Amino acid sequence: MSAVFRPRRETTADRGAGDRQRHREKVRSSILDNIADIIAEESIIGRSGDDIIKVPIRGVKEFKFSYGDNTAGVGEGAGEDVKKGDVVGQQSPQRGKGNAGEAGNEAGSDYYETDVTLSDLIDMMFEDLDLPDLERKEMRTIESLRQSKRHGYRKVGIRVRLDKKRTILAKMRRQRGASAAARTGAMPAAAAAPTPGRAARHSDGGARIPFSQRDLRYKHRTLEVHEESNAVVICIMDTSGSMDTVKKYLARSFFFLLYQFVLRRYESVEVVFVAHDIDAHEVDEDRFFHKGEAGGTFVSSGYRKALEIIADRYHPQLWNIYAFHCSDGDNFGSDTPAALKAARELCEASNLFGYGEIKPRGAGFYGSSLLDSFKQINEENFQTVLIERKEDIWPSFKTFLNRETTDN
Amino acid sequence: MGDRIEDLRDWDARIYERVQEYGLDCFPQEFELCDHNDMIGYMAYSGMPSHYPHWSYGKGFERTKTMYDHGVSGLPYEMVINSNPALAYLMADNSFCLKILTIAHVYGHNDFFKNNFTFGETSPEYTISRFKTHADRVRDYVEDPSIGAAKVEYVLDAAHALAFQCRRNLSVRKIPRDEMVGRKFEESLPRRDPHGSIHKKPEHTPPDLHRVPLEPEEDILLFIRDTNPYLEDWARDLMTIVHEATQYFIPQIETKIMNEGWASYWHYNIMSNLDTPEDMRIEFIVHHNQVLRPHPGGLNPYHIGFRIWKSIYESIEGDEPPDHRRKTAGRDALYATREIDRDSSFIRRFLTKDLARELGLFEFKARRGEYVVSEVADEEGWEAIRSTLIRSVGTGSIPVIRVSDADHEGDRSLLLEHEFDGRELSLEQAEKALMYCHRLWGRRVVLGTVLAGKSTELAYGEDGFTTKRQS
Repeated sequence: MSAVFRPRRETTADRGAGDRQRHREKVRSSILDNIADIIAEESIIGRSGDDIIKVPIRGVKEFKFSYGDNTAGVGEGAGEDVKKGDVVGQQSPQRGKGNAGEAGNEAGSDYYETDVTLSDLIDMMFEDLDLPDLERKEMRTIESLRQSKRHGYRKVGIRVRLDKKRTILAKMRRQRGASAAARTGAMPAAAAAPTPGRAARHSDGGARIPFSQRDLRYKHRTLEVHEESNAVVICIMDTSGSMDTVKKYLARSFFFLLYQFVLRRYESVEVVFVAHDIDAHEVDEDRFFHKGEAGGTFVSSGYRKALEIIADRYHPQLWNIYAFHCSDGDNFGSDTPAALKAARELCEASNLFGYGEIKPRGAGFYGSSLLDSFKQINEENFQTVLIERKEDIWPSFKTFLNRETTDN
Repeated sequence: MGDRIEDLRDWDARIYERVQEYGLDCFPQEFELCDHNDMIGYMAYSGMPSHYPHWSYGKGFERTKTMYDHGVSGLPYEMVINSNPALAYLMADNSFCLKILTIAHVYGHNDFFKNNFTFGETSPEYTISRFKTHADRVRDYVEDPSIGAAKVEYVLDAAHALAFQCRRNLSVRKIPRDEMVGRKFEESLPRRDPHGSIHKKPEHTPPDLHRVPLEPEEDILLFIRDTNPYLEDWARDLMTIVHEATQYFIPQIETKIMNEGWASYWHYNIMSNLDTPEDMRIEFIVHHNQVLRPHPGGLNPYHIGFRIWKSIYESIEGDEPPDHRRKTAGRDALYATREIDRDSSFIRRFLTKDLARELGLFEFKARRGEYVVSEVADEEGWEAIRSTLIRSVGTGSIPVIRVSDADHEGDRSLLLEHEFDGRELSLEQAEKALMYCHRLWGRRVVLGTVLAGKSTELAYGEDGFTTKRQS
């Protein structure tokens, strides 16, 4: 008895679609779980959104009891010259499987990597924050574009917008109506021309009916206003001698997140960098992160400068202002009252104002900490965070944003 | 040559003639044509037309598809499932010759499924319907509003982690508890003593019949299912489903080398004795060598199996290939072996020193991040290599772990014992597997094993994972 052959079953069903979907969800949530680690990775900061980054994934692995590293294996195809002690392959802890052609030992930790673009990653991160719908929040908007557009026709208007063609059409329509009415004998008042003689002449061909006020048609225009939501991120950083590279790096990560966050909520976003020691200057990005200053710290100077810039270019009625200040908390004691006052003013002007104190562990303890002083500020849109290591960045960023997302 | 089903039928009839002449004994065979997308789907769901859903199959699907799309690896030419009638898939995109080769190969598997003892308990007539009812049941639980997808996945994840911790030899009867009680009691009785009248009466200690399990139990999943009273019925059923699905694979894992070697051996003989046109013959040889090429550094079960089968025959009949017109002692030896062996015994009995050398077998161990050759197939080394191979083929790659006490330390902790044979467990894997075990057992789970040469207790409880090393 020979076999049964069946032709291919034509099916439109996409096999395993549900399982693949679920697997992808798991990959995604695994990325989310590791996001704090990924953020803490030095390499993603300062990249452009299209860059592809490799994300290590844990958690979608399936686990079973299995043998570990001390397990011997057997391979084939060794030539005559293979001796004891020859190296036949590399264990690759980062990959799940041995490379093809090498010892196919499947043991080893099954980290595997997936590629995502930076902007996808950031989208996922902010999704993870469960931000409320943007529409629910009132955002300050400005008119970015004001233009008049045609919007139909009207019977009143100014002379320059007279639409001659439509006016003539209207007149002809009336004329026809009038002559038809004359023939049937129903002579409406409207058709009764100012001088009956003229009308008579027209009906037997070519009598002129003058324009009436009612024939006139004007183009109508309306004003259209485009509203845009604009935001400015004001990065204020202490660049005094005590801010070393590590601290600056931590600050930078935080500013990066803040900028990305704001960028996703507003149509146009500007960034302002204010560096301060005793004095404050507006600087460019490169200088902000890389040029060290020396000397002491007057925090108030930075705030004053920020306020100055706001007053100058970013009127709070038109701009959504996000200000954040990073410092190591080392301020001259005498400056603190002034700093508090300026901070209160900044709170008033901005949507969100935050202070991040960066104290890497083991960096030594400085007597003064602005965190304590800032406890006196009770404004709802003010938030302080403490950053001790890079793993803190994401959690503290979340805390910071809570101020924004809880209705204030 | 046309690519119509009629042509396939013609060739199948010719192949089947040879199959019968060679004395292969097959289930009725069914072939279904499919395209490469279908094949990827079948691969993800172990060939089953219907299979219960779980994300891990989605993962397999994506992996196969990615590898295929990027040309990293091709798809198997054939896929055949152990069912009665045997169901095999043929990729329509393959060349005609490849399809013919596949048909011949499939008959080899079919014969093996029907006759090898490890498949004896698989009830192949119900394979497809069993997987189908599994799928229906799991989908019912997913759709049940009081259960839902999340809970089902929660249990399936855990059950999958333990599924292969089961009995390996399905031909050995599982002794029911009642019978075990009787045996235990008998064992505890003093040996009959012909001089009992003059000896002091030995003391009789009755066996501890309260101990659960009475004897260490290898079916961890089933043990938990039957012993944890807090499990809900649907969760128990999911565990049954996972267990039954796994049982399907155990014989296949146990006979991978034999089975692939057997199918390759017969497709080779059948194709060589088929009147094929010259171009087809050359294409066949190309494909055959492709499938049977050694994987340097790895192990190609097709190659190893084929060579061992060939050497069994040749050790009796010499270099002459099997003659389809004549029953010979060599052929009988082949058939006997395919019935009573599994990979481990097959290699123990038939992997000779010469063959090990010809195959260039070697043993490797991991040392400081590198794989280093530890034995080569010479006079001293080949037996060590054979032992290592025996231990790592089939279910030998799965650690033996048994439930030895369900009331460990009197607080209903579950005590598992790893039968240590020199190979240590992967700690990372063990931690997660214990976590899943704890999820199903609901109480602390303790695993006794050996790590870094010292006996160690790994435990997973409310407070997470702990290790306790004995000094």
